[in-house]
Amino acid sequence: MAQVSSIAEEQATTPLSASKSVLLRISRFNPETDESNKFMEFSVPYQKWTTVLEAILDVKKHFDHSVAVRYSCRQATCGSCGMLINGKPRLACFTKISELNSNVVTVEPMNNFPVIRDLAVKFERLFDTHQKIKPYLIRDDTELESDEKEFLQSPEELENFIQFANCIKCGLCNSACPTMTTDSSFVGPQALAQAYRYVADSRDKGKDSRLDIIDESHGIWRCHFAGSCSQVCPKGVDPAMGIQFLRGYLLGFRS
Amino acid sequence: MKESTIMKIHYGTALASVGLVAVHILMRLTTGFSDSLSYENVLANYQSIPYVIMLELILILLAVHGFNGLRVILLELKQGRVYEKAVSYGCVVGMIVLIGYGSNTIIQTNMGMI
Repeated sequence: MAQVSSIAEEQATTPLSASKSVLLRISRFNPETDESNKFMEFSVPYQKWTTVLEAILDVKKHFDHSVAVRYSCRQATCGSCGMLINGKPRLACFTKISELNSNVVTVEPMNNFPVIRDLAVKFERLFDTHQKIKPYLIRDDTELESDEKEFLQSPEELENFIQFANCIKCGLCNSACPTMTTDSSFVGPQALAQAYRYVADSRDKGKDSRLDIIDESHGIWRCHFAGSCSQVCPKGVDPAMGIQFLRGYLLGFRS
Repeated sequence: MKESTIMKIHYGTALASVGLVAVHILMRLTTGFSDSLSYENVLANYQSIPYVIMLELILILLAVHGFNGLRVILLELKQGRVYEKAVSYGCVVGMIVLIGYGSNTIIQTNMGMI
């Protein structure tokens, strides 16, 4: 009884963390009516655990409901809320305001994506290039045909590609890629990383067809190895490394 | 031609050029550096067949590497079917013209016509 009482006293005396406020600058742009973007500024209160997405939703709720932003899971799984936060591509739901160490937080739509409105961008190019590299296992037989046995893999074989399977198609890598900015036909780090994910999978037999797809004038060879794709990935995927491994296959260093 | 084949040639010509240009620069050490670049000495170099072959190889390697590099840069600057074909064929023509012009100079000098 005494113990319960002391816990209750401790809870009662724990001070609430002081709420601070941050200046949130949101890029506003409607391609149908505006010639260029403009920034709207809002003073938003935040706690140390407040994310940029929560601050934007706070703005929508209390100041301006017309701010366009795409989001869903709020836990860095769906890959919907990618945007430039203080100039760097990040997931808004995975970025705490307190981590930014700035009194001003500027949010803009991702680079290298056409803007639908405000912070929402079109993903068609990313999905098209992703689909182009055949993101599925290619083989003649199936698990069901071969006496319902699984296609087994050793832990070492899984290790070859597992980090690339963490891709959530958020597009941050494509947004950070300098080649994507100038080359509108470049296949992009997201699709190349996924090409490696399947090429390195011991169950897959479609290596040659995938290598043919990326071995073209706007394919893998246009990567300058800036490495910014790997810097911004929120899931720890290293597309730049996957691209180098794929080049190894094409140059004959890997088989 | 597959892009990977082109890039193998690109990397190969770069490596070979570095080696041969290094030999070419080291040849300047056979005489004093300023003397080696005097008009008579430069003409005399062209009388040595192995040296002429090396110069011709450097010309070909650098032309192939340089024009492919230019093609890559131009393809990244702008896209479009007609533009890309024009860039690719233009670079091949430019490469052939440069090699032809350079070879002509090397041969004429070797034969004492210059």
